[in-house]
Amino acid sequence: MAVVLIALFAVSAVAPLLFRRFGRASFYLLGAVPAAAFIWLLVNFNSFTSPNQAALAGEDNAPPGIVLEWIPTLQLELAFRMDALAAVLSLLILGVGALVLFYCARYFKNEDANIGPFGAQLLAFAGAMFGLVISDDLILLFIFWEITTILSYLLVGFARARIFARRSALQALLVTTFGGLAMLLGLVMIGQSAGTYRLSEVMAMAPELVSRGTLIDVAIALVLLGAVSKSALVPFHFWLPGAMAAPTPVSAYLHAAAMVKAGIYLVARLAPGFSDTTYWDPLVIGLGLATMLIGGWRALRQTDIKLILAYGTVSQLGFLMLVMGQANAGAAIAGLAMMLAHGFFKAALFLVVGIIDHQAGTRDVRLLSGLWRTAPKLFVIALLTAASMAGIPPLYGFVAKESLLEVLVAAEGAWGTVVLIGVVLGSILTVAYSARFIWGGFANKQGMPATPFKAVPWLFMASPTVLTVVTVGFGLYPAPIEHAVSGFASLFPATEHPIHLALWHGFTPVLGLSGIMVVGGLLLFRWRTGFGALQARVPALLDAERIYKGTLNVVDELAVWVTGRTQRGSLPFYLGVILLVALIVPAVAAIANDTPVPTTIAWFDTPAQLVTGLCMIVGALAAVRANKRFLAVLMVSVTGYGMAFIFALQGAPDLALTQLLVETIVLVAMVLALRVLPPPLWTANPSGHRVARAVLGIGFGLAMIAIAATAMASRVADPISLSFPELAYYGGAGKNIVNVTLVDIRVWDTFGEITVLAVAATGVASLIFVRGRGDARRRAHDVEPGSVGRARADGSGGSRSAAALATARHFAQSAKDAWLVAGKTMAPESRSIIFEVVARLVFHTIILFSIYLLLAGHNTPGGGFAGGLLAGLAMTIRYLAGGRFELVEATPISPGTLLGLGLGTAALSGVVPLLLGGHLFQSAVWEFALPLFGEHKFVTATFFDIGVYLVVVGLVVDVLRSLGSEIDEKTEKRGARSGGGRRSTEARQRTGAGR
Amino acid sequence: MSVNVTLLIVMGVLFASGIYLLLERSLTRVLLGIILVGNGVNLLILAAGGRSGHAPLYAADIPAEDYADPLPQALILTAIVITFAVTAFLLAMIYRSWVIARRDELTDDAEDRRVAAKSAYDFEEDSEVAVETSEFPEDADDDGAVEREGDPVRSAAARAAGERLANDFRQASSEESAGTNNHRRNRKAR
Repeated sequence: MAVVLIALFAVSAVAPLLFRRFGRASFYLLGAVPAAAFIWLLVNFNSFTSPNQAALAGEDNAPPGIVLEWIPTLQLELAFRMDALAAVLSLLILGVGALVLFYCARYFKNEDANIGPFGAQLLAFAGAMFGLVISDDLILLFIFWEITTILSYLLVGFARARIFARRSALQALLVTTFGGLAMLLGLVMIGQSAGTYRLSEVMAMAPELVSRGTLIDVAIALVLLGAVSKSALVPFHFWLPGAMAAPTPVSAYLHAAAMVKAGIYLVARLAPGFSDTTYWDPLVIGLGLATMLIGGWRALRQTDIKLILAYGTVSQLGFLMLVMGQANAGAAIAGLAMMLAHGFFKAALFLVVGIIDHQAGTRDVRLLSGLWRTAPKLFVIALLTAASMAGIPPLYGFVAKESLLEVLVAAEGAWGTVVLIGVVLGSILTVAYSARFIWGGFANKQGMPATPFKAVPWLFMASPTVLTVVTVGFGLYPAPIEHAVSGFASLFPATEHPIHLALWHGFTPVLGLSGIMVVGGLLLFRWRTGFGALQARVPALLDAERIYKGTLNVVDELAVWVTGRTQRGSLPFYLGVILLVALIVPAVAAIANDTPVPTTIAWFDTPAQLVTGLCMIVGALAAVRANKRFLAVLMVSVTGYGMAFIFALQGAPDLALTQLLVETIVLVAMVLALRVLPPPLWTANPSGHRVARAVLGIGFGLAMIAIAATAMASRVADPISLSFPELAYYGGAGKNIVNVTLVDIRVWDTFGEITVLAVAATGVASLIFVRGRGDARRRAHDVEPGSVGRARADGSGGSRSAAALATARHFAQSAKDAWLVAGKTMAPESRSIIFEVVARLVFHTIILFSIYLLLAGHNTPGGGFAGGLLAGLAMTIRYLAGGRFELVEATPISPGTLLGLGLGTAALSGVVPLLLGGHLFQSAVWEFALPLFGEHKFVTATFFDIGVYLVVVGLVVDVLRSLGSEIDEKTEKRGARSGGGRRSTEARQRTGAGR
Repeated sequence: MSVNVTLLIVMGVLFASGIYLLLERSLTRVLLGIILVGNGVNLLILAAGGRSGHAPLYAADIPAEDYADPLPQALILTAIVITFAVTAFLLAMIYRSWVIARRDELTDDAEDRRVAAKSAYDFEEDSEVAVETSEFPEDADDDGAVEREGDPVRSAAARAAGERLANDFRQASSEESAGTNNHRRNRKAR
């Protein structure tokens, strides 16, 4: 069983390769897989039908099954079970699948686009159908169910270049997926209330479930909705004729033998246990009957022979559904027998239609003429199978239909009579459209010459021929079928009159009904012109396709409307909506629930805290009021430095240190990046909606206060960090708990964070350099001294400034020894000797201190972040004092390399313990004594901190290099360009004057 | 747990002014708003961590509950550095926007406006399609769809809009490449 399933999917996976090698002959190879499986199934058939069908897996004499654990927490299993019902359907699926694949080898051309994927999908479809019928798990069943839906979408849409095919495929997909989703809901409801998702177990406890009432009633109704949509019952029937845009072999397989039977299968599967639920009869029998009549009625109006078959299939599916829904032993036998019969004759008829379309280039009844003479063999096949469909003896269709009628005649009550009359009417229509099909496809039409028809190769005709032989053979000798289906019937209580499949039952009322159907149908066909006129006059009561299109249109309109209203392209609007929701939801929740109010209140911890807080408030408000760019930036910085102060007061030295450093670097970065922008904050009009924004802002602030106060007031449990001090000291061998948390206890978070830092650094560099990271370096000694930041307008700023400039230049040239390596590259007027001297003096000290912070951070405030930021600050000082080439000289390693090294070190520190037999990021302690420094303890987590350090330095250098150096260079170049332009015009004017 | 009113009020002010700036159209103010909100969030975490205590540096004689809570501190430390990275990134974006468009303002997304003005009619879904009665049509290249009246106009408008967009893009990038070309020329001259 598992081998078959795996083989079907595995061969399907390699099918495109086969097609590349062998062309369309690969269809034979593909067909061989289901054919072999079919033979395997036949050989072992008794082992599936003879066991006790109701026995659960593990019990004696249960049907063979496989159960593999899949996702135990969700109760998901790969549970398969091959009982009689599954075996009969598998015969149909594998047998017809093989025949259709063989047929495809002649139907398609080698040069058809996409036949490789097509073959793969068709074979995979066989696999999915096989999986569907042998699934013994509700969710697994649903998964295979939806796989068939998706594959059907791909197969129907085979002619990708044609809008007709695409649209039909989508329609089938939407309709069946809709049903599928309803079904999933129902399946979950069943599974949850049963406490198991194993189908066989659910069936075993069905009586108990049904007695629980409404929930199960609704669940079954939802599942039936899925079945009804898949099997194209009214009101979902329209997708099946629509799907006739599929290549005909697909229709023969999916729309006659396999996919549309999935719904019938599901009803058959559930019938033994759930036929007494409230919505069963209206859904299964009611819709079945309606479908049978509507399908037959509409089949008589079609002019495309494929559509005649499609509506005929709709009609027959309704018929099958209503019989299966009867849920008794007789109906089980008759229903399965009829399902097989339908598979045989309808698949064969579709294949015949495919041949006609292939050889004549049309399927239009009004264009086809005289085919019975030009293709006599094909005509015989079509005639026999159509007769089987109409229920004419001695064919198998007749045998199956007789048994069905017998079941319905035996049914009691007024409901039974209505159904019987409906079925008789439906069957009359069936006979009529069968005749219409034969007439339409093969007859001589008045005044029409014979349609040109290419000769049909025998291989092309082999598959329909086999099916016809089966139809004829089982008509004469139906005993094997009865044997095959009786296993399934054993699940139902026996009826008074056991049903037997036979060609001749004697002169019974049923035979009379058969006679009435045949005669009535033929008469109806005889009077087709008059009947057609009558049909044209009857208005369509329910045009389901129009409803479908209307629904889609409404959804489209709604989607465009909603998108247009919500996606207005304005970021403030989006943010406003988000914030409003964030404001309202907690407020409603707070009002609806009994929110605790803080009882103990402290106004402030220390006076210093209060003062700092007031400063921050002033800073924030001033930032809002400021209309100059840098004023606003400075005011925001005030709050940042205030934060550092608050941290320090709160007992968080690490935070204070880090915040202080970050705030300084951010301030520098802001000034660097924003210096090219004009000083006022607005280059156009200031934004409107000030009041609304203020209300939203204040509201949000108040909400945050309320939330924070509530959260603090409702806190009852001890913080989880109570164990951190012990963990840090004994587990991480460090005294600085925050640092140990970062590099050891919560190391994964930090690892993620430094990755983000590296990405952000690269982002900054990419945004400024545009092409690449700009890691290539130009050294200071390649630069003309005094060229960087040279004042442009020489001496044009009045005599005083000109004199100052001259002094500066003189002074700069007289300096013999530069304090900074690249100091000389700067233009004298933009140099500051004092700054250079200070930079020179403090740089190494700062770097040394940053390394101390890094190494000592495990025990005292500091660590990789603080250390890295401090080193970055040292670089900042070098850059500000000595210009961009000074920065290059200060960083012998490019920031890209720094980031890479940092990430690499951090990753290695995680992986190495793994290689040494520990677990990821495990740290070890290494104690040693140094001659001068005494006893020391080195924790390997420090390696991780070194990685952090490198990444942070890389980030800061990237920021300086991008927002500093590169913008310097671009601005200078732009200035030089415009200055050059001015010079050349001046020169031109001068030459003009000279002339 | 006792509530520190000063911290909460400062946090509220930071949030309020941050949000006010965030809803602004000036990019610089948006960035400042983000920083203020970031500070506010850090303050929230700090306040939620409990009252102040000993700095979380382990000493054997201090009981665990006397330290300032180290976990929120670790979270805040991470947040501070990430805010720095985000700030730097946004600064680069502001600079870029200024270089390309000489603008420090958020403008409405033209594409979104276009979508909003669209009709629900979709050629793929809603055009009239002739029902096909053969899989082997002679004009296999034709899509089989019939253009609805008035469609060509609509599609011409769409095409024009697309071209406009492409032009905008080209202009922006040529301004960029002008810079780099100059750069190359300079190098050659040297």
